[in-house]
Amino acid sequence: MDILKVENITKTYAGHDALTDVSFDVPKGSIFGLLGPNGAGKTSLIRIINQITGADSGQILFNGEPLSPKHIARIGYLPEERGLYKKMKVGEQALYLAMLKGMSKAEAKAKLAEWFKRFDVESWWDKKVEELSKGMAQKIQFITTVMHAPEFIILDEPFSGFDPINTNLVKGEIMRLAENGTTIMLSTHNMGSVEEICTHIALINNSKKVLEGPVAEVKEKFKEGVYDLEFKGEMLAFTNALWVNFELISHKVIGDKVAIARIRLLNGATVNDLLKVLIHFH
Amino acid sequence: MNKTKLIIQREYLSRVKKKSFIVMTILGPILIAGLFALGVFLGMSDSSVYKVLVVDQTPQLPSGKTLFTKEFKETSQVKFQYTTQGLSNAEFDSSAYDVMLVLREDIVTFPEAELVFRKLPSLKARSYIKSEVEKVIENEKLKINEIDKSVYDSIRTDLELVSIDAKDGTESSKQEQAIVGFIFAILIYMFIFLYGVQVMRGVMEEKSNRIVEVIISSVKPFQLMMGKIVGVAMVGLTQILVWIIFTTILVTVFSTVILPQMMDVDTAMQQVQVTDEVAESTSKDAMSQAFIGDIAELILYRINWPLMLGIFVFYFLGGYLLYASLFAAVGAAVDNETDTQQFMVPITIPLVFGFIVAEFALGNPAGNAVFWFSQVPLTSPIVMMVRVAMGFDVGSVWQLILSMALLVLGFLAAVWLAGKIYRVGILMYGKKITYKELWKWLKFKA
Repeated sequence: MDILKVENITKTYAGHDALTDVSFDVPKGSIFGLLGPNGAGKTSLIRIINQITGADSGQILFNGEPLSPKHIARIGYLPEERGLYKKMKVGEQALYLAMLKGMSKAEAKAKLAEWFKRFDVESWWDKKVEELSKGMAQKIQFITTVMHAPEFIILDEPFSGFDPINTNLVKGEIMRLAENGTTIMLSTHNMGSVEEICTHIALINNSKKVLEGPVAEVKEKFKEGVYDLEFKGEMLAFTNALWVNFELISHKVIGDKVAIARIRLLNGATVNDLLKVLIHFH
Repeated sequence: MNKTKLIIQREYLSRVKKKSFIVMTILGPILIAGLFALGVFLGMSDSSVYKVLVVDQTPQLPSGKTLFTKEFKETSQVKFQYTTQGLSNAEFDSSAYDVMLVLREDIVTFPEAELVFRKLPSLKARSYIKSEVEKVIENEKLKINEIDKSVYDSIRTDLELVSIDAKDGTESSKQEQAIVGFIFAILIYMFIFLYGVQVMRGVMEEKSNRIVEVIISSVKPFQLMMGKIVGVAMVGLTQILVWIIFTTILVTVFSTVILPQMMDVDTAMQQVQVTDEVAESTSKDAMSQAFIGDIAELILYRINWPLMLGIFVFYFLGGYLLYASLFAAVGAAVDNETDTQQFMVPITIPLVFGFIVAEFALGNPAGNAVFWFSQVPLTSPIVMMVRVAMGFDVGSVWQLILSMALLVLGFLAAVWLAGKIYRVGILMYGKKITYKELWKWLKFKA
């Protein structure tokens, strides 16, 4: 069952294509990585899912229904550009944001008490946001994203600007929420930061979806058999040594007779085969 | 709808709770009343004592004295010394006198006198000295022409000119009413500016704090914008309301407690003066009393207050909504205060222009420009106040209704336009926005 189905979304800003015919599915309970370089269209897509902007064409299904304002309370969103009212007190502000998500005051208070305790920030309730450090404010931002127990949480570049301690704290919370059945979408331009926790990914580049699927499957499918090899010796001799099963893609001389060669394995050859050939040539 | 209420509530409370708001709201009327009272006080109690050296150069009379010698009545503030020999400026400078009054030999035929001073005497002191000299000269002239003083007094005429409006037969001076309208126009101008800029700052704050995207994931950008505009409007209305209540209290206290006391002192002083003479001075007092009476009558009866306040609230809200939404659009389009300048100018110009036309309307309320600018929504909230204060006859009520309708249309258009710019602008960071860019935003789909 997919909690979110993105179908043929296209969005254009004054002649510039932000998204071109993008489709993918987010399975329920997954931790979904939305990957792509800066400017690829990730944030545009996320804003469409959050109903901040509308798509030019295409549709999005949330639990099988076309996305509509009534779904807002069931989605949690931590934008890339995030902040808080500086002059407002932490507790007051969290309550305000919770109530904007449709919670009653009593309900919001109870939930917030729970979260403040979990993050060990109960003493901050009456502090003004401007008195908090950046790391402290980040914790509050995360709490306000998840406090209404949404079934789908979208985190746009969640770890940018986070210190390592907060990063681990938040990663832990993400895993815990996912175990409890919450679906989470992470967007990032830095695959390394989320690789370990994602179960599914989609890659967007230049407004188009490039690939999508479970992490293991994607890795397998797109394994190219390309290796970088650093060696000492004559480049010409090295090239001659490569047999029909190997292709030299490029090479770079980095020192006195030292070079790095990028080699693709062909015809089902393995790395061991390559090493054998090279040892022989040596 | 419920969420918009939440936003209005936050915008309202966060501003009303601010110290600056509380201080301004309480101090505003006190400050104004205080300044007013200070002005009255300063005017009434000039406590300096002026020693006047009267240099009387008129020829000796048969009685041995000169014309002015010992003729001036002294008060607690003006003391006279008489001499026939003037001092040089240097001598005067080192003397104990504050003022030297030089009365020429032929002053009766050429009524001109010099007042040499070290420190310019107050207007009150000067006019007192002037009237004393005039009295003596008049009496002298009466003697020369052998006219009895009682005859002269009976000849003196003081005409009261009563202006009557041919249309409704009421005594009225529209000019004076226009001044009351102008005061309202100033209020509207000030409030639009004050609170419009607050809206702009609020939008910029949300943008620069990066809270805005969090909020518009819960509510529509339009709800957030309107919530802010309405919330700030309520702050403004609260302030106006508190000011009206406060001022009413202050005026009541002033007129029932303080004013009668001051009047007592005043009349006591007058009685001392009146004892000895002079029809002239009493008639002057009567005149000034009549003038005060006129103002009181104008303020209390000639202005239709319920209508005036109703219209004031309508034009204040209409004008505010129009301008505040434009200010909100500016706040959304820019990243920081310095970038606001280029967009502020086209908003400020009509506002200032409206103010100028309102001033112009004081002099020529029936002018063509006044008519047109009381219809254009950008200026009508300011200009129309002057016209409403002067009253509308049945034949031109349509102008008022048309102007109000246009204002409603105007603010709807402004809100629509601002909404479009706002929802794109608040998510646009680090970009220097041009008018061309704004034009593009208007065509973006939601």
